Amino acid sequence: MGLENVIAEALPEVLTTRLDSLINWARKSSLWPATFGLACCAIEMMNATTSRNDLARFGAEVFRASPRQADVMIVSGRVSRKMAPVLRRIYDQMPEPKWVISMGACATSGGVFDNYAIVQGVDKIVPVDVYIPGCPPRPEMLIHAVMMLQDKVMKESVRDRRDIPEEEARQAVVPGTLPVTDGSTARQNTLPESRPYTIASRHERRRSS
Amino acid sequence: MSEQASSPDTTPSPLVTALQREHPEWISEVIYAFGETTIIVPREHIVAACSFLKTWPEGQFNFLSDICGADRGVEEEPRFEVNYHLFSTTKYHRIRLKVVLNEEDIHVPSVTGVWRTANWHERETFDLFGVIFDDHPDLRRILLPDDWQGHALRKDFPLRGYEPYSLK
Repeated sequence: MGLENVIAEALPEVLTTRLDSLINWARKSSLWPATFGLACCAIEMMNATTSRNDLARFGAEVFRASPRQADVMIVSGRVSRKMAPVLRRIYDQMPEPKWVISMGACATSGGVFDNYAIVQGVDKIVPVDVYIPGCPPRPEMLIHAVMMLQDKVMKESVRDRRDIPEEEARQAVVPGTLPVTDGSTARQNTLPESRPYTIASRHERRRSS
Repeated sequence: MSEQASSPDTTPSPLVTALQREHPEWISEVIYAFGETTIIVPREHIVAACSFLKTWPEGQFNFLSDICGADRGVEEEPRFEVNYHLFSTTKYHRIRLKVVLNEEDIHVPSVTGVWRTANWHERETFDLFGVIFDDHPDLRRILLPDDWQGHALRKDFPLRGYEPYSLK
């Protein structure tokens, strides 16, 4: 033992650390959110980036409209059945590593909308890392959730966050696509075959197993 | 509610009187309530009545505000109705046409040939009530997902929906 001391004496400008903690530190310090403002919670989400609350202090102020550039999806608001495949598609378009914050009672559990039109919790569609209660939650609660997510990021390993192999991804049902109909569905009185939203991503499978 | 509003106003409007004189077969019943006029039209005459009212000099109902369905209840007969809300941008008056339907024969001729905006309104009515609009150019769901089962605003549709969508 004492390897660190030997290195520190021989190479005083070199710092040794675990690769995981270095990469996780870099990741958690700049979480770029993908906006998924679906309802009134989005107003509070916007407010979290303003000068009063200043989400930039935690490196998560760069809200991206493109999922390709985003790390964390903040689902703020109720998710309707029709929005569900769209949301899943946005999630699938985000590159790894990616995380999801379920903001508010509606995104977490359907909230007061316990009916046919609203998904009863966004975790039915995508894996959720942090849930925020409240209707709507205050911006402080969203900041707290980002900080909790940062703690969670620090506990992960780089090996858990690989993208789906390309071969496997090609075999999957194109996520989020709605069946294309030409109006014949009503005439023939048949239903288009129901399809799963998508295949599970790798870290999703790891969590469920 | 004031006394005047609750008592039925049976004064026939000059519009309805004129329409009754020209096409009595189109009017099976006229309802006056809350200052609004509703004409119940037999189903086979709805397209003719709409295209006539659109260009009729006394009516000039050139604007279709809305088409909506209604479910009166599972045991009611007739059960469904389709309401056409007409508005005139030149004469600034409104009228409502109503078609009543049985559950077994839930077909209405489409009025997309009269007002093109009827396209999406009829799709919505089909989506939520299951009313089939004959000769509609593109009758498919508009609000609910394409693989949805049932029609959500019918009285006998469960609030939480059917499997596999109801995840409880």
